[in-house]
Amino acid sequence: MKIKIEKRMNTPRYLSLVVPVVSVFVALLIMFVILTIFFMGRMGSFQGAFGETVSAYKELIAWPFFNQYGLYSTISKMVPLAFVALGLSFAYKMKIWNIGGEGQLYMGALAATWAALFVFRGITSPLLLITLVAIFSAIAGALWALIPALMKAYAKTDEIVVTLMLNYVAIFWVDYLVYGPWRDPEGFGFPGTAAFPEPAMLPAFFDGNVHIGIFIAIAFAILLQYINVKTHWGFNSRIVGDNIKAATYSGIKVKKYTIISLVVSGAIAGLGGGVQMMGMQHRLMHGFSPGYGYTAIIVAWLAKLNPIAVIFVSFLFGGLLVGNDQLQMFYKLPISLISIFQGLVLFCLLGGEAIAAYRLKIEKAEEATVNE
Amino acid sequence: MDDYPILEMKNIQKAFPGVLANDNISLEIRRGEVHALLGENGAGKTTLMNILFGIYHPDHGEILINGKKTSIHSPQDAINEKIGMVQQHFALVPSFTVAENIILGLKNFGFIIKTKQVEQQIKELGERYSLPVRPKARIWTLSVGERQRIEILKLLYTGANILILDEPTAVLTPQETRQLFSAIRKLVKEGSSVIFISHKLDEVLEISDRISVLRNGKNAGTLNREEVDRRTLVQKMVGRDVLLDQEKPKVEPGPVKIEINDLTVKNDKGLTAVKNLSLEVHGGEILGIAGVAGNGQKELAEAIYGLRPIETGKIQMAGEDLHHRSIKKRIQSGLSFIPQDRKSIATCPNLSVMSNIFMKNAIPGLKKSSAWNMQIKQMHEKTGELIQNFSISTPSSKTRVRYLSGGNLQKVVLARELSNNPSVIIAEHPTRGLDIGAMEFVYQALLEEKKKGSAILLLAGELYEIFRLSDRVAVIYEGEIMGYTPPDPSYTEKIGFMMAGTREDSIHEN
Repeated sequence: MKIKIEKRMNTPRYLSLVVPVVSVFVALLIMFVILTIFFMGRMGSFQGAFGETVSAYKELIAWPFFNQYGLYSTISKMVPLAFVALGLSFAYKMKIWNIGGEGQLYMGALAATWAALFVFRGITSPLLLITLVAIFSAIAGALWALIPALMKAYAKTDEIVVTLMLNYVAIFWVDYLVYGPWRDPEGFGFPGTAAFPEPAMLPAFFDGNVHIGIFIAIAFAILLQYINVKTHWGFNSRIVGDNIKAATYSGIKVKKYTIISLVVSGAIAGLGGGVQMMGMQHRLMHGFSPGYGYTAIIVAWLAKLNPIAVIFVSFLFGGLLVGNDQLQMFYKLPISLISIFQGLVLFCLLGGEAIAAYRLKIEKAEEATVNE
Repeated sequence: MDDYPILEMKNIQKAFPGVLANDNISLEIRRGEVHALLGENGAGKTTLMNILFGIYHPDHGEILINGKKTSIHSPQDAINEKIGMVQQHFALVPSFTVAENIILGLKNFGFIIKTKQVEQQIKELGERYSLPVRPKARIWTLSVGERQRIEILKLLYTGANILILDEPTAVLTPQETRQLFSAIRKLVKEGSSVIFISHKLDEVLEISDRISVLRNGKNAGTLNREEVDRRTLVQKMVGRDVLLDQEKPKVEPGPVKIEINDLTVKNDKGLTAVKNLSLEVHGGEILGIAGVAGNGQKELAEAIYGLRPIETGKIQMAGEDLHHRSIKKRIQSGLSFIPQDRKSIATCPNLSVMSNIFMKNAIPGLKKSSAWNMQIKQMHEKTGELIQNFSISTPSSKTRVRYLSGGNLQKVVLARELSNNPSVIIAEHPTRGLDIGAMEFVYQALLEEKKKGSAILLLAGELYEIFRLSDRVAVIYEGEIMGYTPPDPSYTEKIGFMMAGTREDSIHEN
């Protein structure tokens, strides 16, 4: 018998599910080793460290996914992740690498705050106010993405660099506001704005633990999936993504597609910021995002840019974020370990995809079995 | 030339997912011969040679060099066995000089590079085999033919005595081809063996001593040059008779479908590529434009289609000026374009056959499909129909086109470009790189459109193709039309003069 490795011609559909699941599992396995080593340093013995790691893993999985209150937090954390990841995957379909999800999220939050606290101060109808705030946040995200979009379309700048740099601008802009002019005078010096008025808060259920942002995210996922599958836009964006020359040849206006995809991508991420303000935070604060915009890049990839899959993957990652918080609190783990874990997931995923392009072929060699 | 086999490949088998590329092929190369490997695209020529050169590993079979069983696991092994290969795409560093590129190819060039010495050796080597090169010239300043010479010299410099040339003439002008052939003859005289991969019959007949014909991954026979003619080779290649010379359908020319007046277009370098060019094509007519490649054909085609801005002049389709029309509008008004470069312009390699067929969203006959509600199922059905009509061999309409062979890829392009009821078709080298079977298919498809009343502008390099299809022949030189002739081989000489830049009216016929 001979085992050979050969390249696949078509990737079977089931692999798009198997690969991410196995990748996450492998990442968990490697993380297990790292954690054990970490705990060895703290506890001195291998047995103790191993036990501690097992119990930490129990916490990491049991709390966010199997405990009622843990689940509430998981869903809350997944909402901004889902929004940004949906936005990013929209642009990634066209191979436009928007790394600026974090900045667009911040700008969306900023605009939502501006709208809720200042522009539409007197409005008391929740439906109207929420709609207006949402529109403001989406426009802000869109405008933030319009800058790299125009630069890419007309000056051929690299969108990766520009979107990434704009993240810092957005974060510092928010910092300036919450430390300065927008700081809540009654906030005991805490870097945050005053709370949103009641009508600008998203309705919530389960005793106010889960806000309706999750449904908005799901609705957007379905809409985007429809656009991808059933519309000219989705069809053409695959052409632009695969071969720009062929797109031009087909009469597709590549500049227009570039600009729109980045702008829409930013708008969805920005809306995520607005929803986060209206649903969870109810005020703009310094560093309100624990890097949602960057984690969303991993989410989008893990979901293979499929909007429906984005929802599930952000649920998983929301849970991991919650689990990580638990570990930080109860096991006093440094936050950098969490970044290590996220890096591991992406690493395993990319590796898994490369491996999945091949398959093992087992064949019986004739020479080996000569009628014995 | 003695009969000593310097190289034997025995029962080589190689399967790729879904294809048996080489099925039990045996091949024997003698010292001092030019051995042609002839076959349609996808017949397994390149796979076989890649196995010999160590790029692929055979599933079964063995390779004997000088009668000794040898295993070749990498190109480095092949080079050690004195086997060298010139690929279709050259591996040269454009900003380096000729000598530097050749040094790059050597494994052990030492710590201090003796460039002077190498330059001298290259020069001598080049003179010996009549492959003249300037060792100090930078690659980017050289023509394709010169680059190929350097690739060959690179092999000779490393001491190769079995040279594999993969479709070496595809990129050459006739003069360069002649030069290459005389170099090959010299090489063979000195005891090297050359494996010449091609699908061009005439060249194979001209240069080879023996010819092995591959068909569907099998060796359909190795023949001596003296035993064969064009016809038997064609039969061996395709397994059936191909009608090489057929009557053209007679079509009464209709009204002028496309008219170009005083068109001037610049090329990528900003130089004038098309100069005050005027022409017109009627419905039901094929106008063949003959010319040496690079005389403005590409720019002319792109300008008509709208991919390239025009400097001055006017292009009219059915009397309407195209100047401010986008490509999309031009497509909608029935302009089809079959570009020469089907891989990088005309198709999306990673998308399905269906996506490539519907790339322009311009195929009629789909009910209730709109921009916001595409009928994907119907599109697959329609694609299935076109796969049948154009006999595209593909596992399904969902297969990515990168897995299709050149001929099938071109059929996908044809299926798209011709299913749009085109009124004007620009065909730029529509059969480049195709085998005879696929070529004939392209010809039939274009003639069919002509019968339906399309105006076809055919830009082709090979005169055979021009004569085969056109109703009139125009000759282009440096962006200008030198004159017109009827599509008859007896005008070849006149066309040759015009291709070299002599105007029709200044040719004195005796």
